[in-house]
Formats: sequence, C-alpha cells, structure tokens
Amino acid sequence: MQPVPLKILVTANDFDVAAETRRLTEARKDVGAVVTFSGLCRDEAGTLSALELEHYPGMAEAELKRIADEALERWPLTGLTVIHRFGMIRPGENIVLVLAASAHRRAAFEACDFLMDFLKTRAPFWKKEHLTESNEARWVEAKTSDDDDATRWKKSKI
Amino acid sequence: MKVLYFAWLRERTGTAEEQIELPEAVKTGMDLMLWLKQRDEGYDYAFEDPDLIRIAADQEHVEADADITQAREVAFFPPMTGG
Repeated sequence: MQPVPLKILVTANDFDVAAETRRLTEARKDVGAVVTFSGLCRDEAGTLSALELEHYPGMAEAELKRIADEALERWPLTGLTVIHRFGMIRPGENIVLVLAASAHRRAAFEACDFLMDFLKTRAPFWKKEHLTESNEARWVEAKTSDDDDATRWKKSKI
Repeated sequence: MKVLYFAWLRERTGTAEEQIELPEAVKTGMDLMLWLKQRDEGYDYAFEDPDLIRIAADQEHVEADADITQAREVAFFPPMTGG
C-alpha cells in the first residue's frame, strides 16, 4: 500500500491532533504505530505572555519538505505530517506537530525524533518572547544543544 | 536581486525586503554581508558578527563562501529557533 501523501503545512491556525492522526490511520490496516510530537508554548514560570513566531514564507515549507523527504527515504513510513504555526502564540497553545506512522514503532519514533531535530536547526522560523512584566520582547537565542541533537543523525545528507 | 532579512536582522536593518544591484566585486554571501555592513549604522549593527548569520539562496541554505551571483533571491537571518 502506498504511504498516505506527505502533509506539510505552515499556518497561523491551530491544528487538531486527533483529526491529523485519523488522516494517517483511517482506511488502512497496515499501520502499527503512530508517534506524535506536539510542541506547545510554555509560560516560563509565568514570565512569558506570548511567543511570536516569524517565518520565511516559501522557504519554510520547502525546507520542511526537504527534511520530511529525507525521513521518508530513511524509514519505512506509512505516513508523515508536519505542521508548524506562525504568528502570536499564547502559553498552552500548540506550536508544532510531527506525526510519523509506520508498521512498527521503531521507525515511527526515530523518524519523529529526526524530524524535530532538523526542523529546529534548519527550518526558517524564529521565536520572539513577549514578557508579562514589561512591554519588552526579545529574540530567543539558538541553543548549541539543538545543533548537537541534529548531528546525532550523521549519515544524513542534509 | 531580491534580498530579504528576517528576525533581528530585519529589525536592525529596518528592511524586510529590497532590490539590490550587486556590485561587481560581490560574489559570495560573505561578500554581500560585508558590502551591506558599510551602508549605514543599522546595517553595520545587523552584520556586526557576519559569521553568526545564516544565508539562503533561492530558498535553500548555502555556506557564506558560496557564489550567490546567479540567485534571484538571497536571504539573511539569525540561527533558527523554531519547533
């Protein structure tokens, strides 16, 4: 059976995890595992009022597709979905969703982990923190630990 | 050539997007950053640490020493913080 068509979406709108999971499993009997990663906005112990997500329209979608295509090549997936939001996101709201479906759990776990590591270091999105205590906003600095996470997948071509 | 700036590069340059006629001497992304840096205070501040800045040519990541003279669109941005 052919994999469910790849879904890449960059949107200001929220997403529905249950509906996205259904898209990868309905009308199929070969899916044994769906691994879901959803990233949410935290309030950093009450200090953060919102995250503002800026992106590079066009390249954001293209880069997510390049990373997803590599995952589809490396693991026997039956479906893959990547959704990333932009704009103002409040604590408790969704930011990002990766769903990887496969016959067995290992491929789904690894593909999901791989997607997130490369998404963080390669997909053109930038977070700005808006603080509760002031009108100040500041750009989040990239973590070198994220680069380290991405180098774990060293046979990667990207 | 269309040149785009994102995040704090956009704020510091005061520009999201502009058309630039590449000077003859500019071949690479690094060349372009050093040329832009000389324009005014905002650009100088934006490109104060060019080694930190990431570059895309026609919406694909490229190294700072890659030839960008044939690109239709070049973008400069800080290390990414999505996800």
